[in-house]
Amino acid sequence: MAGNGDGVTLLGYWASPYALRVKWALKLKEVHYEYMEEHLPDKSPMLLQYNPVYKKIPVIVHKGKPLAESLVIIEYIDEVWKHNPLLPQDPYHRAKARFWAKFADEKCVPAMFRAFSKVGEEQVQAAKELRENLKILESALEGKQYFGGESIGFLDIVVGWIGCWARMTEEVAGVNMIDADMIPLLSLWFQKFLELPIIKECLPPQDKLLAHTKEFHKMLTMAALT
Amino acid sequence: MGEEVKLFRSWSSPFALRIVWALEIKGIEYEAVFEDLSNKSPLLLQYNPVHKKVPILVHNGRPIAESFVILEYIDETWKQVPLLPEDPYERAMARFWAKFCDDKVLTSIWSAFIKQGKEQEEALVAAAENLKFLEKEMKGKKFFGGERIGYVDIVLGWLANLVSIFEEIVGLKIVDEGKFPLLYSWMQDFAEAPIIRDNCPPRDKMIVKFQALLDAAIASSSSSSK
Repeated sequence: MAGNGDGVTLLGYWASPYALRVKWALKLKEVHYEYMEEHLPDKSPMLLQYNPVYKKIPVIVHKGKPLAESLVIIEYIDEVWKHNPLLPQDPYHRAKARFWAKFADEKCVPAMFRAFSKVGEEQVQAAKELRENLKILESALEGKQYFGGESIGFLDIVVGWIGCWARMTEEVAGVNMIDADMIPLLSLWFQKFLELPIIKECLPPQDKLLAHTKEFHKMLTMAALT
Repeated sequence: MGEEVKLFRSWSSPFALRIVWALEIKGIEYEAVFEDLSNKSPLLLQYNPVHKKVPILVHNGRPIAESFVILEYIDETWKQVPLLPEDPYERAMARFWAKFCDDKVLTSIWSAFIKQGKEQEEALVAAAENLKFLEKEMKGKKFFGGERIGYVDIVLGWLANLVSIFEEIVGLKIVDEGKFPLLYSWMQDFAEAPIIRDNCPPRDKMIVKFQALLDAAIASSSSSSK
């Protein structure tokens, strides 16, 4: 760890995509921070103190003041450290980025989770919904290299983890989520994004994540069957 | 200057009302386009193809959907009477609380209204827990925004007029003055603010609408086997 010269601490969990996207934001802004791993499902007194409302990670603490909710944290990071802006400057383009971030979190992610945790017809429907919503999300690329344009920005780091987790859950849950024929541009973007060194080096170890995902899947689908 | 601002709304949508309040507070000239949501106009579908909902703000021909996204756009485009705080940490906390209001407070209070039996009891308990957090956050301020109405007040504003309507229809106390004195007095102060008072849908019409929604929910839950 590089120490917390900027006075930033990040409470996270190695397998959390929400903590990951905060890590990406901090990395892109070259912010030095101290990382503290929560050993979930046990929650440290610090976590409960800093996020009494949700009791979840990620939480950042900057100059002693805590913040929770990954999108709120990312916008805060963008406002405090102004170089390498994540959100566009223009209010209309900022609005579009925020719109699509909300769409991804509210429409794509729950469908992905249901496709992962359910069985039978429910799973089939959830996977279909996910593929359709990813198709809609693809339109936000508007033929650009990245959602941020020539280089990655806010929406790329908000949505990018889906590519990694979807591939893993496809393997574990046996369902198609990223259909390259249906979403050729988004598929390509997922690949390019996840290969970027700055992005790749923050990803959790893939074999560990696969094992963790398998365990989690077993637990969830057993609950679904009883 | 040629500013053209249109707001697609319905007569009763609490989400669209947030935008009405924001525009009025900032003194922005706009044209309200009332939609019949049972018969959506081609323009609505063109401007919000993803969600097909109101509110939609159209500024000089460019549409923006999702009330939080629109509120931030308005605040960034028209800088008078700022809705969000200046300080990045305070801004982040305002965003955090706004999200909490929609994700937790609104959903639990809606469930407390629309559900029956055990589900309703559980929703009431959840609502009370969520309201406790808001009560604490008031910290003796007049509004969440401080001395004047701000972003969180606008987002939570539905509480000030809808909760008494819900309470009247179901005959249950949701926001008890004894348990939540600060929140209760906030509800009065907010509802009485001139801009809010002058921009609220007629109470009798709202009672009819929500009674009908509740009747439909009861009918469908008793006719379907769970």
